[in-house]
Amino acid sequence: MSRPLKLAAALALCLNLPLAQAHNVWLLPSSTVLSKAQWITVDAAVSNDLFFFNHMPLALDNLTVSAPNGDKVAVDNLSRGKLRSVFDVNLAQPGTYRLAVVNHGVMGNYKLNGEAKRFRGTIDAYAKDIPAGATEVRLGEQVGRIETFVTVGKPSPLQASGAGLEMIAVAPSHPNDLVAGEAASFRFLVDGKPAAGIEVTVVRGQSRYRNQQGEIRLTTNADGNITLTWPEPGMYWLEAETKDQRTTVKAASERRLTYAVTLEVLPQ
Amino acid sequence: MRHSLSFAAMLLAASGASAADLAVDVEIPSLNVAEYHRPYVALWVERADQSVAANLAVWYDLKKSNKEGTKWLQDLRQWWRRSGRELEMPLDAVTSATRAVGKHKLNFSEGSKPLGRLPAGDYRLAVEAAREVGGREVVYIPFQWPPQKPLQLKAQGKTELGTIVLDLKP
Repeated sequence: MSRPLKLAAALALCLNLPLAQAHNVWLLPSSTVLSKAQWITVDAAVSNDLFFFNHMPLALDNLTVSAPNGDKVAVDNLSRGKLRSVFDVNLAQPGTYRLAVVNHGVMGNYKLNGEAKRFRGTIDAYAKDIPAGATEVRLGEQVGRIETFVTVGKPSPLQASGAGLEMIAVAPSHPNDLVAGEAASFRFLVDGKPAAGIEVTVVRGQSRYRNQQGEIRLTTNADGNITLTWPEPGMYWLEAETKDQRTTVKAASERRLTYAVTLEVLPQ
Repeated sequence: MRHSLSFAAMLLAASGASAADLAVDVEIPSLNVAEYHRPYVALWVERADQSVAANLAVWYDLKKSNKEGTKWLQDLRQWWRRSGRELEMPLDAVTSATRAVGKHKLNFSEGSKPLGRLPAGDYRLAVEAAREVGGREVVYIPFQWPPQKPLQLKAQGKTELGTIVLDLKP
């Protein structure tokens, strides 16, 4: 796959599609709660159902795995299949690891010699990738984060990155300490600041085996918080998105922010 | 009788505190399954708020090299969440090897490891079992401490545990 196409795949995840027809993008770890330092394997895909590989692999060009102490951890056996991407990580330290794919790019369209063209590119490259003769250039900035968490031993606190739309747990909740029948609280942040009015959708996995999605829809309160009680154990996918005008790319009129996380809820 | 009672009272006074006993019978049921592994089992005493007052026993595979047996302690989900993840295995006077099908009696004395001293109050005994390629079950028995008189309490497991008997002695 050529580089522009790879990027397109990375950015197309959920960035340019309206919510109603958006595909689900996700990282799915083999375990989230571990009692011993060990390897895990992670699947990454863009799909219709959760968590089934039925559309396309997730591009992992912008994958980072952060250890509990903040160090970046190398991944192993990274490969891209026709329907999913895969990688392994050795979790050697106790504490909570953050696995995240953070995409930041520019999308839009322009006209060249009267012909409409679509554009996708990186923040660094867009200026030189758009031809000099382009007219009616309309660009939007896209910031997307797809992540999941895995803990060895005792869960450790997680820090916000401060960039884009993200979620942190409100103590005593922790993304690797979720149990069916118990409530958990999370705070949504935009550029590190609590974001009120963010619409959040929560869907349990195994969606192929039921006729209704049964999604839970929530909106963040004035503090940027949501609270939900997990109805049953399972792997859950939580998605949120918002827009604002705080672009870092001058030529972009709007910034679109998306967030998706996979959370495991264990039985009582 | 009167004499022996007052003698007992003197002994108690001399020791400065009661020395109540707590005994647990844990039944590991025989299961007709294609692949059987002995279950990992955790026994603990928890307070009304589910915090752990005492870890009584954790049975897991101690023999594997490189502490490989600790890899599956996470499957004792409630125990792992309540205290396991805070601890460094093995635990003196608490951890031991997995046990075979049958009844296993465990005795604990107040003031001694691993029960220690429990302030008077409401507690519950938790027994959790998880089996490789098998299921998981937790059984609880509520009780009051210290016991006023000898008392036997029972709970019945349905899948991974058989009858659990808690014997309390003042």
